[in-house]
Amino acid sequence: MSEPASRLRGKDLLGIADLDSSEITLILDTAEAMKEVASRPIKKVPTLRGKTVINLFFEPSTRTRTSFEIAEKRLSADTLNIAIAMSSVVKGETLIDTAQNLEAIAPAIMVVRHASSGACHLLARTCRAGIVNAGDGTHEHPTQGLLDAFTIRERKGRIAGLKIAIVGDLLHSRVFRSNILLLTKLGAEVWACGPPTLTPPGLDQLGVHTTTRVEEAVDGADAIMMLRIQLERMQGGFFPSLREYFTVFGMTPERVRLAKPDAIIMHPGPMNRGVEIASEVADGPASVILDQVTNGVAVRMAVLYLLAGGGENEAAA
Amino acid sequence: MKLLLKGARVVDPASGIDGIRDVLVDGDRIIRVDASIPVGEAAGARVVELGPSLIVAPGLIDMHVHLREPGYEHKETVATGTASAVAGGFTGVACMPNTNPVNDNASVTRFILKQAAAADLARVYPIGAVSAGSNGEQLAEIADMREAGCVAFSDDGRPVATAGLMRRALEYAGMFAMPIIDHCEDRSLAGEGVAHEGFHGAQLGLRGIPAAAEDVMVDRDIVLAHATGGHVHLAHLSTAGSVRAVQAGKSRGARVTCEVTPHHFTLCDERLRAPLIYDTNLKMNPPLRSNADRDALLTGLRDGSIDVIATDHAPHHADDKRVEFDRASFGIVGLETAVSLSFDRLVHAGIIGVGRLIELLSVNPARILKVGGGRIAAGDIADITILAPDLPVTVAAAAFRSKARNTPFDGWTLRGGVAATIVGGRIVYANAAVPQTAGLKRSIT
Amino acid sequence: MPIVMDRDRVSRSLTRIAHEIVERNRGVDQIALVGVRTRGVPIARRLASLLQTITGHEVPNGALDITLYRDDLMRNAVGPQPIVRRTEIPFSIDDRHIVLVDDVLFTGRTIRAALDALIDFGRPRTIQLVVLVDRGHRELPIKADYVGKNLPTSLAETIRVRLEETDGTDEVIIDRTEGDQA
Repeated sequence: MSEPASRLRGKDLLGIADLDSSEITLILDTAEAMKEVASRPIKKVPTLRGKTVINLFFEPSTRTRTSFEIAEKRLSADTLNIAIAMSSVVKGETLIDTAQNLEAIAPAIMVVRHASSGACHLLARTCRAGIVNAGDGTHEHPTQGLLDAFTIRERKGRIAGLKIAIVGDLLHSRVFRSNILLLTKLGAEVWACGPPTLTPPGLDQLGVHTTTRVEEAVDGADAIMMLRIQLERMQGGFFPSLREYFTVFGMTPERVRLAKPDAIIMHPGPMNRGVEIASEVADGPASVILDQVTNGVAVRMAVLYLLAGGGENEAAA
Repeated sequence: MKLLLKGARVVDPASGIDGIRDVLVDGDRIIRVDASIPVGEAAGARVVELGPSLIVAPGLIDMHVHLREPGYEHKETVATGTASAVAGGFTGVACMPNTNPVNDNASVTRFILKQAAAADLARVYPIGAVSAGSNGEQLAEIADMREAGCVAFSDDGRPVATAGLMRRALEYAGMFAMPIIDHCEDRSLAGEGVAHEGFHGAQLGLRGIPAAAEDVMVDRDIVLAHATGGHVHLAHLSTAGSVRAVQAGKSRGARVTCEVTPHHFTLCDERLRAPLIYDTNLKMNPPLRSNADRDALLTGLRDGSIDVIATDHAPHHADDKRVEFDRASFGIVGLETAVSLSFDRLVHAGIIGVGRLIELLSVNPARILKVGGGRIAAGDIADITILAPDLPVTVAAAAFRSKARNTPFDGWTLRGGVAATIVGGRIVYANAAVPQTAGLKRSIT
Repeated sequence: MPIVMDRDRVSRSLTRIAHEIVERNRGVDQIALVGVRTRGVPIARRLASLLQTITGHEVPNGALDITLYRDDLMRNAVGPQPIVRRTEIPFSIDDRHIVLVDDVLFTGRTIRAALDALIDFGRPRTIQLVVLVDRGHRELPIKADYVGKNLPTSLAETIRVRLEETDGTDEVIIDRTEGDQA
């Protein structure tokens, strides 16, 4: 791993695309220290005391939002959860107006999830608060990528040189995009597998191996990451049925046996049991899915600390 | 009113002229073009010493413009659109029918022409809808619209919906030897795409519009043009495949012509990522495509496969662009940047010469739409564009005559611009930054 | 730059402090050492070892990172951010006599942060403070119970503590060029 940077550039975390490997190392190292806070009797440090963090979610999410909320509270920040139904957006207030109205309470950071790729970039340009991307359309989900890398590093001691297989809807998955950027930056050998109808163009330009045969992807793998299949994709004609998807691409115990004996199984959640992953695999000893959730809080604490620590947020550089 | 334009390089491909000439205009006609017209022989004429650094060309015609009136006057009106046109060097524009109401009948056509007459700047040639409401079902009243002044027909904004409708339209409009202009996009392939389906769009998580969406419809239209003998003009081509298909179609004898926009021959999809990531002023339909596609367009401009440069000037209110990329309206303005981009990226880059540029911007549009202009021989209408090929230009969107500011070229420094625009012998635009024309004021008839 | 404590002096100071701890607490029953990162940690380890030699008993030893409790974090907009490291206190601090250990006592703000952190871990019976050097200029009412050396300094000076474990040698230096010390 490269030497950690001494700070993060900029006031926002919009994507792994903007981080270099030394910044990624800084976040992961800081997350290690943050993870220890969770084991204390008083799971709180005063670091962001008096700072306001707004969770502005335009897409429903329990898992990511609660993870951020706990991370914020453990840093003693004042949190505000705002869930905006897309219907309110259709009724008329623009994204920029919504965010600028919230700026009136001077948040240090806004954690934003939105259905449109690039929505967080738009807010980062127009808001003084630091913007943390909690998932924008099908573009990136950087804190998920970071917690996945943290989990792999925790279990395997490193990322460089590992073979990591990612299986599922590669085209629509922002988790996929963040992960491949991050894992290739840290020197892993990434294998992506999914139906051709769900594979984006140009993966080889990123140094990612692609295959439509899941057996080839998981052969000798150190980690297998399953992506969630959304029901709408079947209705959109990308593949014929969930049953067929599971037969061709599902992670079964037989397929897991092709990987290394100490391979770990990962999933960003929520899982569709019997669609992308068999229950025995999800609940088996190799699964680190629940660790990912725990690590998510530590990684998000690290991100919030690194962005909101170090002075008042000046207008964007 | 007499006007004597002295000593400029006259580029008039239709007459085979490219050299230093004097041009004498009287009223709304060109009366003489000669190597030298002594001032004494032009009694009472206003003499303008242009000199060899400027070019006198037949008035430029932009055959793909959205004037937005009636219905979207907050974006642009015929008055502001034609002001933008003449500032961009255009003496004539052909305007698309996707107004509100759609220009699918003679009364909307007449309204547009009335507004154009009141503005009294560039000539406006309305393009009528192919189908009623541009709904892709019934043919619109083509003959009636022609009578009212339409020069061509299109459902632009959308493709001509079905092969069946396209065939009927080609046959029917063929009765009047008028072209059908098609926006080639197979909707089932394009889906809800907002950017070119390629590496860069995928990196940004933007839904893709594959090149095939344009190619399959280009093929369809060429086959039908060939089968019916009708004339199809393909709007804003963006892919290498389209250019190849047009070449093949022309060599088989199909009556097909096509146009390319300045933004498509200048920009590629990699620009979506830098310098301004997710810039909504890079969102248009058809989208910016790959470097290879852009290079194929440049080759087509040079070798004659492409007939016309047209801007697809699409003004939008700032509110429609200052949103997430998915929600932003498609399109950018183009009238006031076309000439500079054409000089800078085509002529000065060595891709084409000035003569070819005038064919693309004047001769061919006039010929395809069968309107006056495209030549400055004695007896021709005095629609003239005076160009300054070496003028340093810094694009300033805030100073546009258009109501709209949606351009990705703001701040660009380009070489080449417009010195003056003359419509029917009247000076309707003079550039204060060009010394030879700075003093010219708009003539009052 | 003048060396105010050399290797021998450091060693004798720590030995003396170890004896003082034993004397004041009448043994090492319920004592635990907590070193403040970074250099407080090796000093605490050495003290634990000395206490074991003196009493024959093992004294629990932990490391405390106070970065997240600092009061100057939010104000320091320029320069690198302090790196947060792990806190490792593998024992309960309830009802114990905690001996905090740090290398230099200056404004007192580090110790204030350490007290806040410790209280989040539990409720010690008492908290005592060991420092290798006390250089004065307190900004808070904090006092060390055990001091290696009192060193009056001016604000323009910087005290640099080097330890074998972290810097390869033991010495304490006064640096008269500009610098900032937490």
